[in-house]
Amino acid sequence: MKDIFKMLVVLTLICAVCGLLLAFVREQTKDKIEEQVLLNVKGPAVSKVLQGSENDLIKDRRTIKIDGKEMVVFIGKKENTPWAFAFETSAGGFGGDIGVITGFSLEKNELTGIGITTHKETPGLGSRVTEDSFSMGFKDKPLTSEFKVKADGGVIDAISGATISSRGVCTAVRNAVAVSKEVKNGIK
Amino acid sequence: MATLAKDFTKGLWKEIPPFRLVLGLCPTLAVTKSAMNGLGMGAAATFVLLMSNIIIASLRNVIPKKVRLASYIVIIATFVVIVENVMQAYTYGLYERLGIFIPLIVVNCIILGRAEAFASKNAVIHSAADGLGMGLGFTISLTVLGALREILGTGSLFGIPVMWSSFEPFTFMVEAPGAFICLGLILGIMNVLGD
Repeated sequence: MKDIFKMLVVLTLICAVCGLLLAFVREQTKDKIEEQVLLNVKGPAVSKVLQGSENDLIKDRRTIKIDGKEMVVFIGKKENTPWAFAFETSAGGFGGDIGVITGFSLEKNELTGIGITTHKETPGLGSRVTEDSFSMGFKDKPLTSEFKVKADGGVIDAISGATISSRGVCTAVRNAVAVSKEVKNGIK
Repeated sequence: MATLAKDFTKGLWKEIPPFRLVLGLCPTLAVTKSAMNGLGMGAAATFVLLMSNIIIASLRNVIPKKVRLASYIVIIATFVVIVENVMQAYTYGLYERLGIFIPLIVVNCIILGRAEAFASKNAVIHSAADGLGMGLGFTISLTVLGALREILGTGSLFGIPVMWSSFEPFTFMVEAPGAFICLGLILGIMNVLGD
């Protein structure tokens, strides 16, 4: 009986101390990790989409709430005035969700471009959605365009052999366009 | 004092973990695509080994025998998560390259092995020497293996080209089979050199 009691106390104490220690480390590194993830995973796509901006895109991000969900919005500035914003949406592709950063111009009702952040598409086929030849199809398109692949009656050239991946990206962009007005009001 | 030095140096040659004890082969084979990866992995494992040895040795009279393994794993896992968080925050590139093998340090048999075989029976200072020695041995092994594979496989070392310009890299050395071949050769050489 005494044995069991001792085991319980020792194990509980060890776990409690370890838990406390971990909570402390987590608290200390949380912000830094978030920044690193943004910089390394989303950074390249964001700077591509908001090309020509003169500010630190990762630092000048804003978090706003849309329909109760938090959303990180990146704001591009030229001569200290915002000219475009971008945020991430995702949609199902062939191998899983594709994360897409879509950039919107504040001056014109146009996309500034798109960039892929994360995907699990087939290497060599679906993975080609990350290539410029595909994403350039979205650049400077008016928001009223049909963001669908041409086979579905839209304006986007699908990648041959990767229609499902191309459709996934289009869906993500349509999702972004659908909330872009709210986001625009949110960052004002 | 002599035994303290012995506790430290045995991990460097006589019982060098991957080559002599042939323990911890999973990370040894998987992450040594480059010298830098080997060094990073070794450093992470050394920290965990040193800290867990110290804590386990200082608690060795408190932890009941029947729950010792559970206690060791909790302590080891805690330090692994700390390393993981710190690496993610400050060396993100290395963290990405080592990937799943950082959390897998928890089940690295060298660490649990030293906890069970050494730290649970010896004083704190000896356990620290043992952990540091074993960790350094592990780091050296991984770095040497990584360097060998990187030089043969890509013609560079720590990312800097070291071979002559017409050198044609054996690309397969940075693939999985290259790891087995290099490890086998090193084990063979170590056996020839003997004790």
